Amino acid sequence: MDRKCEQRKHIISVLVENQPGALARIIELFSSRGYNIESLNVGHTEDPSISRITMVAKGDEHTIEQIVKQLRRIIDVFKVRDLTDKKKLDRELLIVRVNVETPEKKEEVMRLVEIFGAQVVDVSKDTYTVELTGDEEQVDAFLELIKPMGIREMARTGRVAMVRALQGETFGEQKE
Amino acid sequence: MKLSGAEILLRALELEGVEKIFGYPGGAVLDIYDRLPFSPLKHYLTRHEQGAAHAADGYARATGKVGVCFATSGPGATNLVTGLATAQIDSVPVVAFTGNVPTYMIGNDAFQEVDTVGITRPITKHNFLVKDVKELADTVKKAFHIARTGRPGVVLVDLPKDVTRELADFFEEEYKTPVQIRSYKPVLKGHPGQIKRAAKAIASAERPILYIGGGVVSSGASDLVVKMAEVANIPMAATLMGLTAVPGNHPFFLGMLGMHGTYAANMAIQESDLIIAIGARFDDRVTGKLSEFAPNAKVIHIDIDSAEIGKNRAVDIPIVGDAKLVMEELLPEVEKQVAKNREFYAVREKWILKVRSWKERYPLWYEPSDRVIKPQFVIEKIWEVTKGEAVITTDVGQHQMWVAQYYRFSFPRQLITSGGLGTMGFGVPAAIGAKVGRPDKTVFCISGDGSFQMNMQEIVTAVHYNIPIKVAIINNGFLGMVRQWQGIFYQKNYSQVHLDVQPDFVKLVEAMGGVGLRATKPAEVEAVLKEAMAVDDRPVVIDFIVDREEDVFPMVPPGGALHEMILPSYGKKKEKKAV
Ligand SMILES: Cc1ncc(C[n+]2csc(CCOP(=O)(O)OP(=O)(O)O)c2C)c(N)n1
Ligand SMILES: [Mg+2]
Repeated sequence: MDRKCEQRKHIISVLVENQPGALARIIELFSSRGYNIESLNVGHTEDPSISRITMVAKGDEHTIEQIVKQLRRIIDVFKVRDLTDKKKLDRELLIVRVNVETPEKKEEVMRLVEIFGAQVVDVSKDTYTVELTGDEEQVDAFLELIKPMGIREMARTGRVAMVRALQGETFGEQKE
Repeated sequence: MKLSGAEILLRALELEGVEKIFGYPGGAVLDIYDRLPFSPLKHYLTRHEQGAAHAADGYARATGKVGVCFATSGPGATNLVTGLATAQIDSVPVVAFTGNVPTYMIGNDAFQEVDTVGITRPITKHNFLVKDVKELADTVKKAFHIARTGRPGVVLVDLPKDVTRELADFFEEEYKTPVQIRSYKPVLKGHPGQIKRAAKAIASAERPILYIGGGVVSSGASDLVVKMAEVANIPMAATLMGLTAVPGNHPFFLGMLGMHGTYAANMAIQESDLIIAIGARFDDRVTGKLSEFAPNAKVIHIDIDSAEIGKNRAVDIPIVGDAKLVMEELLPEVEKQVAKNREFYAVREKWILKVRSWKERYPLWYEPSDRVIKPQFVIEKIWEVTKGEAVITTDVGQHQMWVAQYYRFSFPRQLITSGGLGTMGFGVPAAIGAKVGRPDKTVFCISGDGSFQMNMQEIVTAVHYNIPIKVAIINNGFLGMVRQWQGIFYQKNYSQVHLDVQPDFVKLVEAMGGVGLRATKPAEVEAVLKEAMAVDDRPVVIDFIVDREEDVFPMVPPGGALHEMILPSYGKKKEKKAV
C-alpha cells in the first residue's frame, strides 16, 4: 500500500509547560480536529515545570503530520517529535487481576509471570494481581495468553518513550 | 509602589500603547471600571458585548494595532464568544479581558460564573486565567505579545475579581523589558534555500498566478507582492481577505477567486502551472472541489503558520515565515532571475494575453435597470461617491459578495469583513471600531436587512459617541444568500428566508438618534448618498430598497470545481458573444 495513505500507529512525544490549560488544549485539539488518540500519558520531566506527554495516535502520514504541526502551534508546547521510526525505548506498565481458582491455573499464571519477567504483586484466595512492564507487543502477548484464565480487572498506562542515547540525538528541554 | 490589580491592568494597557477600549461593565469587573475614569484610556460602552468584540476587531483590522475589549463574567463573557471566534479565524490581533468570580469561588457554580477559559479555548490563540495578582502584569505583557506576533490572533485574559482588588508591586521599567515566553518562538524569516528555489520556479513557469490572502495585508507585504507581479509579469487573484492588497484597477489584477470569484481569476488558477500562494490557506470557499483544484500547478506556499502548509493542498516549495520578510528576500531574487532570462517576457506574453481575454469576455455583469435599484448599482455608486477611498465594512450574505466584486479598493486594510466565520451582525460594530481607529476616513458599512438586525443596537453606541459611520442596508426583504441557495439547489423552496416583517429602518434609526434615509428608485441613489456624506456628527443609515431576487454570479456550485462556475446571463446580446 502507498505509505502515504497507510494507517499506522504513531508514537508522539511532546514537551509542554506543566499547566492545566496546556493539557486541555492538547486534548481538545484531538477532539476538535477529529483525530483519534489511542493512549495518552502525562508526567513531569527532570524539570518539574515541564511535562512530557507521550501519545499514541493512529493515522496516515498526512494526518500525523497535521497532528504534529497543530501540536507545535500550541503556545505552551516546547517540542513535538514523532518517535515512530526512531530507535527508542518504549515501555508500558500493566496491572492485571486474573482468576486462579484452581492449582493448575495458579501454576500456569506463575509460569507466564516467570517467562515475561512479570511480578505477582497482590494475592487473594482466588486471584493473582500481576504487574508487567514491557513494550507494547510484550504487554499484548502477555494479555493474550492470560486471557483464558479470566481477567477480573486491568489497567494499562499507555506508552512512554524516549529516544535511545545511541541515536546521537537528544530531545532536551530547549526549544531550538 | 503597590497598585491594585485593576490599576496594574490599566497602566499595563497604557504601556502597551492601547488608547481605545470597547467594553461593557458588570459585577466581576467593578474594580476595573472603578479605576477607569482615572486612566487616560478611552472606553466605549457598546450596547452588547458582541458589539464590543466586533468593534475591537474592526479597530484592529483598520489600524493593524491590537484591539482590546472588556466584559464581565458569565453572560458578559459568553456574549463575547462570537466576536472572538470571528477575529481569531481571520487572524486579527485582539486581547479580551473578562472578569470572573473570585478565585476562592471558582468551580462553585457561583452567580455569573462560567468556565470562560474553557469555553474560549478553541476560539483563541491562547488564553490565561490569572490566579494571583503578582502574575497579572506579566500575563498582560504575554497576552499582547502572543496576540500580535507570529500568526496574529485572539488572546483572552480571565481576571477573578479578587485579583483585580488585591495589591501588588508594579515596576514600569520591568514591564518595558522584552517578553520571554520560552515555549513560543514564531519563525519569521524564510529559509534562504527555499526562497532561491521559489525565485527560479517563478522565473521559469509559463503560466504562474499569484494567490493573495489576508496574510499579505496584515503583514504589510502588499506593495512588495504587487511589485513582484509587475517585475515578473504575473496575474494576481486575491481571496476575500486579501482583496485590498492590490489596487482594484491594477492591469494584472483579476479580482477575487473562489466560490463567487471572477471567471478570469478562477480560470487562471485552474489553468496555471504555478501557484504562488502568500498568506492564504486554501480554504474550501476558495478551492471548490479540492481534488480538481489547479490540477497541473506546482505550488509555492508562503505562510507564517507552518500548520497551514500542506494542510489542504500538497505544496512543492513551502516557505514558513512572515509574508513581508519573505517578500523582502524573494523579490530581489526574482528580479535577478528575470534579468538573467532574456526570453522571459515572450514566454509569459501568451499567458497574459489569455488571462486578459477571459477578463474581457466574461466580466462581472448584472442587468441594469432604471425601474428598480440593483444591489450592485448601489455598491458602484458608493464607490463613486466615496471616490473609492472609504473604509468598507460588511455583514454577511449577498451584499458582502457584491462589495467584494464591485467596490474597487485602493489601499490595504480598506475592506473589513468576516471571511472565515461569516458572522452576520459584524458590520455595524466593526464600522464603529474602524472609525474610532481611522477617524480620518469615511467608514461605510454595507449591510443586509437580515444582518443589520443582528446588531443594530450598536447604532446607539455610534450616536452616544458621535461616531459618524455610514450604513447602507441592501434591503432585499430576504435572507438573500440563503434564498439564493434554496433557489438554485432546493428548487426554489424558500423556507424561512422571507423578511417581510421589517421595522421601518428610517424611523428606527431616527428613534435611536441617528439619521435615517431611504432610496427606492435608481435615480435617488446618488442624491441620498451625497446627503449621507454630508452628515459628520452622528451615524447615518440608508435603507436601499433593492431588487428582491437578484443572485450573485459567478457561482461555483458546492462540490464543484472552480471552472464549473455558473455565469451571469450576460443579457441577450452578450450571451451570443460569450459562446
Ligand atoms: C450569525 C449568522 N447566522 C446565520 C448565518 C447564515 N447566513 C449566511 S448569509 C445569510 C443571509 C443574510 O441576509 P442579509 O443580511 O439580508 O444579506 P443578503 O444575503 O440578503 O444580502 C444567512 C442567514 C450567518 N452567516 N451568520
Ligand atoms: Mg437581505
